[in-house]
Amino acid sequence: MTVGMINANPVVHERPERAAHPHAADALDPLDVFDTVRDIRDPEHPYSLEQLSVLSQESISVDEKLGRIQITFTPTVQHCSMATVIGLCLRLKLMQNFPPHFKIDIKVAPGSLANEESGLCTVNKQLNDKERVAAALENPNLRQLVDECLCSNDPYSH
Amino acid sequence: MDGAAAAAAAAAELREAHRLAGHADRVWALAWNPAPGAGPVLASCGGDKTVRIWKRAPDGAWHCSDVLEDTHNRTVRSCAWSPDGRLLATASFDATTAVWEYNGGDFECVATLEGHENEVKSVSWSPSGSLLATCSRDKMAWIWEVQPGNEYECVSVLQGHTQDVKMVQWHPLLDILVSVSYDNTIRVWADDGDDEWHCVQTLTEANNCGHSSTVWAVSFNHKGDRMVTCSDDRTLKIWDTSADLSQPKTGEGHESWRHLSTLTGYHDRTIFSAHWSSEDIIASGAGDDAICLFAEEKSSMVEGPSYKLILKKEKAHDMDINCVRWCPQDPRLLASASDDGTVKLWELRGSVLD
Repeated sequence: MTVGMINANPVVHERPERAAHPHAADALDPLDVFDTVRDIRDPEHPYSLEQLSVLSQESISVDEKLGRIQITFTPTVQHCSMATVIGLCLRLKLMQNFPPHFKIDIKVAPGSLANEESGLCTVNKQLNDKERVAAALENPNLRQLVDECLCSNDPYSH
Repeated sequence: MDGAAAAAAAAAELREAHRLAGHADRVWALAWNPAPGAGPVLASCGGDKTVRIWKRAPDGAWHCSDVLEDTHNRTVRSCAWSPDGRLLATASFDATTAVWEYNGGDFECVATLEGHENEVKSVSWSPSGSLLATCSRDKMAWIWEVQPGNEYECVSVLQGHTQDVKMVQWHPLLDILVSVSYDNTIRVWADDGDDEWHCVQTLTEANNCGHSSTVWAVSFNHKGDRMVTCSDDRTLKIWDTSADLSQPKTGEGHESWRHLSTLTGYHDRTIFSAHWSSEDIIASGAGDDAICLFAEEKSSMVEGPSYKLILKKEKAHDMDINCVRWCPQDPRLLASASDDGTVKLWELRGSVLD
């Protein structure tokens, strides 16, 4: 990948205690989605997206009836290239774990990218252009990076 | 039947006639063979890197007669038949465009066009069959001249779009090319008579009531005086031209496309495809899994031409619809292609004209 790290000193958070699921077993809610993505590894650091506060349960919304999942994430740095990789990781993980009829929208949180006007709009547009996503995932180098981020050694993952 | 029942029975309906399964991944695009000959022939292409050819048997059932594989090593994104139906061009994310010769029996890959820097998104044949256009994420459209012996020579590289070009489509009568892009614009290209191709018009949001997000597709009407575009902005836009279509090649006045109508609120996700039938019905397919049909509003209570929805087929597929195409030999037969890996054939029944 790149020679120097884009963000050499990320802020890492303690993993919170995981509460038992209090809801009905078959209803899909944001926590189910969050459980699927929380342990995705950041492309640059050996920490999960949750630990780096890239995403949280609150940044996810689900409409099971309509079949929609929306995730907003905050990249660790104000740089587009990592945001794109994280977005691809999220999309691939969700596609692999939820029924195919679900529509998935992934956005970068406002205020989280430098040059917000162009940066934010640029990344969001790419992340939600399924033709661009499909082509990116066919790129062997990019696909390998994404697969590594998805392959978690986390003992808590399920 | 009483009057009310008769009226209801006559209402337009899109009936699912066949479901063609076989692709192992999403189906991106479709093309009907335009040659009038031996019954309808449909080509489909997709993420499984193959092209499938579908034909109807004498008993009416459809089957896959050929699978074109081992040529492209990435997604096949688009396919197009030459006007005489003897060649099939296929455009791929592998940055090449293949040309296959079809003699009614087998398919043979007779040419591979290279030159784009990355994924080729669309391919289109000119009405005479002497030119081929392709476009790519590299922001260019290329025009190729068909030469004897299966040779293809690039005669122009069209620069102008500032982003990924999603589709190119030739005008049905003239050598005018339209391209649509991730840069939200529509561009019209013509040559000056000396094989020099230029962009003669750019349709933008600011200047022309154009789209506010990626434009995915364009389709001309039969006469070539109107076109429809569709977009990630969830609208379809109808455009018309006052250009004199009897003008040879150079198409004088082809910088005169203007916005006629915007169809909004019919799809709530990206509209990926639109196609104009020879009976003047516009079909659209979108990320909301629905197909809509539109026609011109003939009863003029309204000033000037306007379009209305004839019907919306919800859940036409289980996933996004990527392409809709009317059959040239049967203008009531519509094909649709989806992320769900299937192609469906629909029959339009009932009255669509008031």
